[in-house]
Amino acid sequence: MASAQATSPQVFSAPVRGVDASRIGLYAVLVFLAVLFLLPIYVMVTNSFKPLDEIRSGHLMALPEAWTVQPWLEAWSTAQIGVQPTGLRPYFVNSFLLVVPAVIISTLIGALNGYILTQFKFRGANVLFAAMLFSVFIPFQIVLIPMAKTLGILGLAGTVKGLVFVNVVYGIGFTTLFFRNYYAAFPGELIRSARIDGAGFFGVLWRILLPSSAPIIVVTVIWQFTNIWNEFLFGASFSDYSSFPLTVALNNLVNSSTGVKEYNVHFAGAFIAAIPTLVVYLVSGKYFVRGLMAGSVKG
Amino acid sequence: MRANTLPKLLLSPSALLVLVCVYGYIMFTIYLSFTGSTLMPSYEWAGTASYSRLFGLQNWDVSIGNLAVFASLYIVIAIVLGLGFAILIDQQIQAEGAFRSIFLYPMALSFIVTGTAWKWLLDPGVGLEQTMHSLGWQSFAFGWIKDNDMAIYCVVIAAVWQTTGFVMALFLAGLRGVDQEQVKAARVDGARTWQIYTRVIVPQLGPVFVSAFVILAHMAIKSYDLVIALTNGGPGRSTWLPSVFMYQYTFTRNEMSVGAASAVLMLGAIALVVLPYLYSEMRKVKNG
Amino acid sequence: MRKQVLALAIAGAFALPVSAQQSVEVLHWWTSGGEAAALNVLKGNLEKQGVKWNDMPVAGGGGEQAMTALRARVTAGNPPTAVQMLGFDILDWGKQGVVADLNSLAAKEGWDKTVPTALQKFSKYNGKWIAAPVNVHSTNWVWANKAVLEKAGIKSEPKNWDEFIGDMDKIQKAGFVALAHGGQPWQDATLFDGVVMSTGGIDFYRKALVDLDQKSLNSPTMVKVFSRMAQLRKYVDKDFSGRDWNLASAMVISGKAGFQMMGDWAKGEFLNAKKVPGTDFLCFRTPGTQGTVSFNSDQFVMFKVGADKQEAQLKLASAIMDPSFQSAFNVVKGSVPARTDVSDSAFDACGKKGMKDLAEANKNNTLVGSMAHGHAVPASIKNAFYDVITRHFNGQLDDTKAAAALAAAANN
Repeated sequence: MASAQATSPQVFSAPVRGVDASRIGLYAVLVFLAVLFLLPIYVMVTNSFKPLDEIRSGHLMALPEAWTVQPWLEAWSTAQIGVQPTGLRPYFVNSFLLVVPAVIISTLIGALNGYILTQFKFRGANVLFAAMLFSVFIPFQIVLIPMAKTLGILGLAGTVKGLVFVNVVYGIGFTTLFFRNYYAAFPGELIRSARIDGAGFFGVLWRILLPSSAPIIVVTVIWQFTNIWNEFLFGASFSDYSSFPLTVALNNLVNSSTGVKEYNVHFAGAFIAAIPTLVVYLVSGKYFVRGLMAGSVKG
Repeated sequence: MRANTLPKLLLSPSALLVLVCVYGYIMFTIYLSFTGSTLMPSYEWAGTASYSRLFGLQNWDVSIGNLAVFASLYIVIAIVLGLGFAILIDQQIQAEGAFRSIFLYPMALSFIVTGTAWKWLLDPGVGLEQTMHSLGWQSFAFGWIKDNDMAIYCVVIAAVWQTTGFVMALFLAGLRGVDQEQVKAARVDGARTWQIYTRVIVPQLGPVFVSAFVILAHMAIKSYDLVIALTNGGPGRSTWLPSVFMYQYTFTRNEMSVGAASAVLMLGAIALVVLPYLYSEMRKVKNG
Repeated sequence: MRKQVLALAIAGAFALPVSAQQSVEVLHWWTSGGEAAALNVLKGNLEKQGVKWNDMPVAGGGGEQAMTALRARVTAGNPPTAVQMLGFDILDWGKQGVVADLNSLAAKEGWDKTVPTALQKFSKYNGKWIAAPVNVHSTNWVWANKAVLEKAGIKSEPKNWDEFIGDMDKIQKAGFVALAHGGQPWQDATLFDGVVMSTGGIDFYRKALVDLDQKSLNSPTMVKVFSRMAQLRKYVDKDFSGRDWNLASAMVISGKAGFQMMGDWAKGEFLNAKKVPGTDFLCFRTPGTQGTVSFNSDQFVMFKVGADKQEAQLKLASAIMDPSFQSAFNVVKGSVPARTDVSDSAFDACGKKGMKDLAEANKNNTLVGSMAHGHAVPASIKNAFYDVITRHFNGQLDDTKAAAALAAAANN
């Protein structure tokens, strides 16, 4: 069904009657698991508020005794990323300039491909889809040298445009998969009646399919945003001094080969770099599940 | 509807890009594996020398062995836990959104962040073990990450943590799309809850299992960043995976043809595993 | 209308910039405090000459990630102006034919006379200068915490291997960690370098690790080397595996451990912690290796760039080789200058010793490239050696098998 089911159907048909042992047990298990899952981020965040000697002398689970936001300030604007102590701030812009166009373009391409593959029959469509699907498994290390050559030929080497291009290409597989499965489950009558009313190729797409695609658009955007924001190899290899993204800067912060390891700054930096994706997940988590429900995985 | 030129035309850029930038590059890699490339590609034919060298390398044996352990544990545990979490959350609980977010957020983090955080937690000198000691529990020992044989399990732990939430979201969506008529019918027949789950609900989740498997297999292949951030391939070489092998031999050890050979074998293995899924997807289009 | 257009055109002609700003793009992995600050000195010097420094830092793996990014850059046809590189990597890139020719600059400034001969092997390809060396690190050093040694009853620095082991026993008995070590393959290999030199001397080192003579690699001497490595294994603490080298230095600095066998970049950690050589910490050559120096050198390789960038590139190369920069940079980095004609006045006691040892070794031909740091054999063999050394150190190979495996690894 194209319209998302907002309510979750109950497995238990009987209404919950007050608090009984099984409910308590259920919550206990969930809380325990939640604590386990939060452990790493708890460690990262608490230790990012401690001064360095407290990290060295104490243990990692303890709450800070001398709270300090200095590590956060450093990670943001004064930590050494290269020759200059600029912190992570300047590289946020590069990452956004990369991620926003890449996500928009790859989502549109996925929608277009999904539409064509489900609503039109032609020879080789199946093979083409399978080929696109298999492309998600290609390890990026294989791609590095030939893509560098290609970018050089296209004149895109070292530019943000080049990075957008690369990330869009390797997003084709998943975005097409998401939309294609979604549109495959779309009720055919709506499309047929629109065609009878005279809607052309783009008419069906703009006026019928896309408006009802919100759930799958959310899934696709979340998936692509996360993957492209966190991507390192292409970011380090296909950029130059003016365009390298946040992941490269974070790597420089955290993986320096020498010097005192300022763990508190590293953790603050890692968290700062993760904030956009965390926000995206937290804000749209609900729609994410709805989107998945609405046919993207029923396949 | 039969396709005229417009749909085909609009599909062709994607088709072309995939053809060149995926399959073209794979062809390039296959060719490289039959050359003697070292620092950069060289194009002189060298036969199967790289493959012979590959099969004689202990590092490759370690990588393959680790992949078998890692991939099977990772995929099975993530699916079992993901399904379990989804079932728990599906029980009409309060704060469903909060629990769901807590299990899902690790997916938002990059492998570098995950690896760094878990490296700390699992390090006996500063992590869990040391915390337990300072809290009084002196006999607690958790030095797996420094142990040649156990370190790979630490990679499993970090990877499972990262993706279980996503699998959970997949299963949650699947659970909520289950045919309620069958469930009601089973209830009427007197089936107990766990029977309803095992006989009615889980079988309907077939496609979700497949999707989860594809996503997890894809992450298992791309595990390079996680391993490097967590253990750097160590202790020694004991947590090498084929992705690490490929990177190391191609870029660090200047043996590009050996790295290419390992990539070809990896792709072949992936193809074998994923082919049934691709075939079923193709057939769905025919029927749909 | 035509007058206005004419006026605008004239104004525009005068407003055009006289010349585009000269700039260099530098790919490197010096992203942390001390070294980044040292590199900043170079940046400042260049800016005074009107050359803008465009920084392309890629940290990780001691240059691994940077080298990967470099391949992509060169393949795409837009290489950086200069790239930080070590040892055989430089020669490998030289072979690719994508590097610049610095001979005219080298001749003008007399680099052939001032740069140690053993170093020049890595700065030149086919007789042409392609790189400007920034420093010379040497790797056969031991760093010791003076207070720990005193508490363990050690009166003077060990002069040979047996004394060294005896001292480590004393330190262990006194309740400290004898050898602070990080179990990463390159660190294990750094120990190995020192043990080979101490056990077999410089001729054995050259025969085995540079010439790859099979009889030397699989010899009783090499077995003895491995048994000494196994000895060292007994003196590290239980958490050594995977530890970063600077955390091992921290163990010595803070008084938890007595010795660390590490290259002279470790000195930077001690200086950063405000420790004074001779008072708080000692620096001496790996026992048995005084008089020989195993080195590695960071060099900036100049890549072939367009004509518009060449002048800036030459300015960069010249600025790197400038004696006052060599002094300023190496004082911070812990290494010694790559020119033998730089004054040692700004250096601390260990730095002065390092410079003296280097000049002596250069004169006596006892200066040899460090295998562990890419200056004895190419990357593929170096890494194959790492495999053997680290497996042995982690207890997966016995001494005899290790020597045989080492010989096999050399037969790539």
